[in-house]
Amino acid sequence: MAIVDRIGETLDRTPGGVILTGVDSLVDWARGKSLWSMPMGTACCAMELIAASFNKFDFDRHGTFPRPDPRHTDVMIVAGTITYKMMPAVKRLYEQMPDPKWVIGMGNCTLSGGIFYYDTYSVVRGIGEFLPVDVYIAGCPPRPESLQDGILRLRELVEQESIAPGKRRDRALTLPAPDHGCGEAE
Amino acid sequence: MPLDVESREAVETAEGEVVDELVVNVGPSHPSTHGVCRVIIHLDGEIVTRAEPVIGYLHRGIEKMAENRTYLQVVPLTDRLDYVGSMYSNWAYCRSVERLADIPVPERAEYLRVIVCELQRIASHMMAIGSNGADTGALTLFVYAFDQREHVVELFEELCGQRLTYNYVRPGGVSHDMPEGWADDVRAFTAAHRSALAEMDKLFFGNVITRGRLKGIGVLSADDAVAWGASGPVARGSGVNWDLRKHDPYSVYPRFDFDIPTGTDGDCYDRARVRLYECYESCRIIEQALAQMQPGPHRTEGLPRLIAPPPGDAYDHIESARGALGVYLVSDGSTRPYRMKVRSPAFCNLALLPTLAEGHMLSDLVAILGSLDPVFGEVDR
Ligand code: SF4
Repeated sequence: MAIVDRIGETLDRTPGGVILTGVDSLVDWARGKSLWSMPMGTACCAMELIAASFNKFDFDRHGTFPRPDPRHTDVMIVAGTITYKMMPAVKRLYEQMPDPKWVIGMGNCTLSGGIFYYDTYSVVRGIGEFLPVDVYIAGCPPRPESLQDGILRLRELVEQESIAPGKRRDRALTLPAPDHGCGEAE
Repeated sequence: MPLDVESREAVETAEGEVVDELVVNVGPSHPSTHGVCRVIIHLDGEIVTRAEPVIGYLHRGIEKMAENRTYLQVVPLTDRLDYVGSMYSNWAYCRSVERLADIPVPERAEYLRVIVCELQRIASHMMAIGSNGADTGALTLFVYAFDQREHVVELFEELCGQRLTYNYVRPGGVSHDMPEGWADDVRAFTAAHRSALAEMDKLFFGNVITRGRLKGIGVLSADDAVAWGASGPVARGSGVNWDLRKHDPYSVYPRFDFDIPTGTDGDCYDRARVRLYECYESCRIIEQALAQMQPGPHRTEGLPRLIAPPPGDAYDHIESARGALGVYLVSDGSTRPYRMKVRSPAFCNLALLPTLAEGHMLSDLVAILGSLDPVFGEVDR
């Protein structure tokens, strides 16, 4: 953000067009502007996720572009209910994403199981149980505008990060298995 | 079953010849499985010899949950069944409850239900046609179709405040009457939608690439469609003239003049095209319903919050965008259903996949799956 805001005046002061900036801010700026997403749409929220990338909401303008291949993406948008049967697949897709990577949980189902918190035996109570989530978006389903807000929040987070070894946020590449299996609900 | 089943298998054919089969795994997260379906495909070269759908990745136990909720509390759960067409599940469930507890429905509510369900049919078919286009490489069509869907969703938002999970149809009526000016918005939409449909018809169905990709692919004969219990556009694409709105008339449908479009070849092209023509018919029904509607109450007054139907069971079905959607309810006289069972058209239609895909190329499998239009919330429940 900071670089773009000041780019005009900086160019005025430096006739040769040379900009001096921290490597950190440059990298963060570039990363934040191009968060390619892995749409992990499993249920109802996926419809709003699709709506978000089409005509009216057009998320391409934020640099957020859905790529179905995890190896091309930076942020996984988990939209929908995750069941115990689906959980290993989601985990594996997360592990296949290259670092640095972020996770957005879209919808109440990813927060806590949402409407499926009580009385069911097959739903994971929130993806926080097995994924490191950066931004949660509440709603059942959240409007595309909320998702937009979530992506902008994530961008703020991304722009605060540093690539210096000491300051780098460490993320486990392989996740520990959650300590409960199917059927052990409530 | 392990997630990675990619292997080679030596298989002996009927003629005693040993061929090398490649087993590939599509899904459960794949952009063209329309949700979380997983298909295990056996390939001989590029030809599919066997395709085996594995379902259950979205099994949320909705039928079981319903046993612990009161009759009114189940309505929001039904929204999450078929999330591309929530109004249908609402309505099918409410019809069952009304039959079970003998609840009258005011006439205006019936008209409102018909209008929202026909709008929902348009929204759902736009999604199906659009993704059919995207699966065969015509992403443009998806954008065109999604634009139309967005208009419907906006109308619903005006009506009941939600874009996707409406909770609109309730036992004994609907939750809100139309807001002021809504009828005019709907009329304006149907008028504009017709020209958009004509444009899509020319753009997609007249396209030589589309014809090449969809014609003659996944042919389903009329006999097979009946034998497998297919319904909705999948059966009608094969020329089976079966539509519950005409052949088991419910609600106020007998008062409208509309046709049932049917296909002739039963291939992917016909199934998609039947959906397009159903949108025209939906526009016709909506316009007639708006003209016939009389002022009146939109729900039965004095209905208790806790409905306790007498012991017994009831089944009722409606024609959803995917086919015959039925809900079977058993009551033991308490305020909660003893058992709820959903007859899901998407599940029955998906069962056709192995039959249809056999002998086709791998890339056609995606088109076949798309033309069956499964929604996994409803398949897995
Ligand atoms: S949060 Fe609501 S809309 Fe989203 S997947 Fe869960 S039930 Fe469906």
